[in-house]
Amino acid sequence: MDVLYFAWVRERIGLPKETVTTDAETVADLVAELRAREDRYDLAFSDLSALRVAVDQELTDFDASIKGAREVAFFPPMTGG
Amino acid sequence: MRIVVQEPPFDFGAEAEAFASGRHDMGAVVTFTGVVRDFGNGGLDAMEIEHYPGMTQKALEGIAAEAVSRWSLGDVLVIHRYGRMEPGEKIMMVATAAPHRKDAFEAAEYLMDYLKSRAPFWKKEHATTGETNWVAAKDEDEDALTRW
Repeated sequence: MDVLYFAWVRERIGLPKETVTTDAETVADLVAELRAREDRYDLAFSDLSALRVAVDQELTDFDASIKGAREVAFFPPMTGG
Repeated sequence: MRIVVQEPPFDFGAEAEAFASGRHDMGAVVTFTGVVRDFGNGGLDAMEIEHYPGMTQKALEGIAAEAVSRWSLGDVLVIHRYGRMEPGEKIMMVATAAPHRKDAFEAAEYLMDYLKSRAPFWKKEHATTGETNWVAAKDEDEDALTRW
């Protein structure tokens, strides 16, 4: 699946998008896999209360299933308007 | 209902005039525009707005559709820009048309509250000193959603 990062999450991880092969069942499982990779991921995901997630472009929460998902995006709380 | 996500500036006057024209059954049109605000000391060089291209249009359409279902509205317009903007530039606008003003005002406020916290945009300030800062979401913006 494609994993996307926006705003300071993108800056901290150092890339806007990557393709990830995973057996993770939920967003939280995917986060745990990413954090185990490298310090920059561990740092970016260190406070989940500061992050929001969208699965297939719908806002959801970290307990959500990602089975069959094509796209998961992580970003800080939005500041539109 | 018209939802536009674009990088270039928009003509607020022309958009408002076009939106308000040719309606015979709508007694009220409300417009709001958001403007890039300087820190107050001339210290802001520019505001950069990032968005989530695949999701933004859908998220805005969902918010607008919810407004149409909650209030008696004849039409809704949302224009939201992304990219780099200088102080004084217009970032976005919403317009609502309704038979009566209460619906038009309330729906416009609802749209603004949801655009702030549920549309995938992120603002980054570029100061004249060269420093940059991602604008943090405010608790009061999240709290504003609970009144709806």
